[in-house]
Amino acid sequence: MYTKDGEDFYIVDAHIALWDAREENQRNIHGKQFIDCFYDYHRNLSPESEVWPYEEYLYQGGERLMRDVFTDGYADHAIFQPAYLHEFYKTGFGQSEEASALASAHPDKLTYNHNFDPRNGERGLEQLHADAEKYGLKGVKLYTAEWHGDSRGWKLDDPWAYRYFEACRELGIKNIHVHKGPTIRPLDRDAFDVADVDHVATDFTDLNFIVEHVGLPRLEDFCWIATQEPNVYGGLAVAMPFIHTRPRYFAQIMGELLYWIGEDRILFSSDYAIWTPKWLVEAFVDFQIPSDMSEYAPITLEQKKKILGLNAAALYDLDVPQALRLPEADETATGPRDPSAADPDLVGAR
Amino acid sequence: MTLLSEVEERAPASVPGPPLTEAHVRGVLDVVLDPELDEPITDLGFVTSVTVTEAAVEVHLRLPTSFCSPSFAYLMASDSRDEVSALLARRDDPRALVVELDDHHDSPRINAGLAADAGYRGTFGDEAEDSLDELRMVFRRKAHTAAAERCLTGLLRLDPERAVGTLGEVRLGDLPEGHDREALVRRRAALGLPVDGDAVVLVDAEGRRPDDVPMALRRARSTRISIDGNAHFCRGLLATRYPGSEGDQAPRAEEAFVPLASLTTRPHPAKEQHR
Repeated sequence: MYTKDGEDFYIVDAHIALWDAREENQRNIHGKQFIDCFYDYHRNLSPESEVWPYEEYLYQGGERLMRDVFTDGYADHAIFQPAYLHEFYKTGFGQSEEASALASAHPDKLTYNHNFDPRNGERGLEQLHADAEKYGLKGVKLYTAEWHGDSRGWKLDDPWAYRYFEACRELGIKNIHVHKGPTIRPLDRDAFDVADVDHVATDFTDLNFIVEHVGLPRLEDFCWIATQEPNVYGGLAVAMPFIHTRPRYFAQIMGELLYWIGEDRILFSSDYAIWTPKWLVEAFVDFQIPSDMSEYAPITLEQKKKILGLNAAALYDLDVPQALRLPEADETATGPRDPSAADPDLVGAR
Repeated sequence: MTLLSEVEERAPASVPGPPLTEAHVRGVLDVVLDPELDEPITDLGFVTSVTVTEAAVEVHLRLPTSFCSPSFAYLMASDSRDEVSALLARRDDPRALVVELDDHHDSPRINAGLAADAGYRGTFGDEAEDSLDELRMVFRRKAHTAAAERCLTGLLRLDPERAVGTLGEVRLGDLPEGHDREALVRRRAALGLPVDGDAVVLVDAEGRRPDDVPMALRRARSTRISIDGNAHFCRGLLATRYPGSEGDQAPRAEEAFVPLASLTTRPHPAKEQHR
């Protein structure tokens, strides 16, 4: 819980990880390249006071995670979204056993989502059934740029992926978190293209598709697809820290999201341990769209409360104290959710 | 009257005579664009070094992360090779040419492909299907959309009272001269769209005018915000990854983060009535 100026905010960090990128777990040079890339994200977008030494960044462990996310970070609940990356790390990048054990020890605070890879075929389907039972899955995290043998990625509308989504439906796994990455086969296509989200969201209307980092670097394509589907959500992982380094860009992202997908479909996340939730929550509660950006309406207190936790709580059936709940906005199921928010005379303005 | 001439006049001057210098090589690299960010690699700081010796020309490139998209990485590296190679051919220069991309997860493969002049399919084998032409086109279309939005938004700034719907009627000749118009003309030329003064500004890549002008502008704006945001993020990451490289970066011409005060001076009722 975060309290500011007499207002209480129920906080759900919808995307955290417990990773191990230490040298002894790196399988090859790509393991180092991957964590170095994350570390550059961290160094580039964090306030100076929040930058960690490289050694600390490689591995945090459960105790530190609990402190960073809950004790210091204000979160009431957080959701593990593990990346497997088995081609880069010996035991994988996200530590399934450690993270799920931590979630079992703190079921009120942590939800463990797992991942699947449709390129594992029938064997992977069996594994998904076993994992659903073992972890009590409500959601999965899918990284479509995962390397797998000779393959550098897959698409959500691959026929095998559809079999996995059918299994999700049977198993009660209703929240599908999608993370687009840079390598996919064939390389002829734009690897960040989110068009496949459109297809699965249309074909699986009873599943929720949460597109992480709101489709960045393809924000516009994401907004256009999400506005046409009632079951597509935007996760703010990676977008959040721009609030510090590029507040005006962050304001534009928020303005676009509120216009195209609306206040009930945007989810806060720190992407821990790339960043920590404390400063992001504080900054977001204080955030306002600059008054000179008159093409966007100001962001309201209620919208912030929904984004910071209530929207994710609804997807994961979390028990939010009665006094902190808010009704859904009266927005259309599809189409620009809040066209009235924009000043029509300045619709094309920056 | 075509508006393209003003652009052509600004193209790099004809090839200088010997001796070949680093500056000549960097000069031809100015036309190599990051297709995704729609900016020259020389302005982005992606050219690490250019070395000219008696025997060879060697160019090294760098990117903001090891995991930048390999297709874009390949396009920039192979375009660089093509441009420098054409320069050498124009000068009848027998020097060997080495173009290498450093520190990328696909560096070994891309560099081997470049060295062997293997082409896209030869470089990526199974992972390549046909060519990267369509991918390149996707981003040319986006660059055009964003360039048109910048111009029309510029008009709105000049005349905040103007109704957005009328922006669908604006012709190229109505735009004030300057960087934004030049950029739009170049992007139209790249798509084969007309570049005369009577040509309508707000059209898609096939030259079609939208039915709903405010919505088309709204979408164009999200495209522009996306490209600008990526450009700033990539520049920042390069500087983080290679300390000092920010010195090699030219300021982005289309500054997305300028104060907007100049755009609007009148009061905004939408603010007051907001729920």
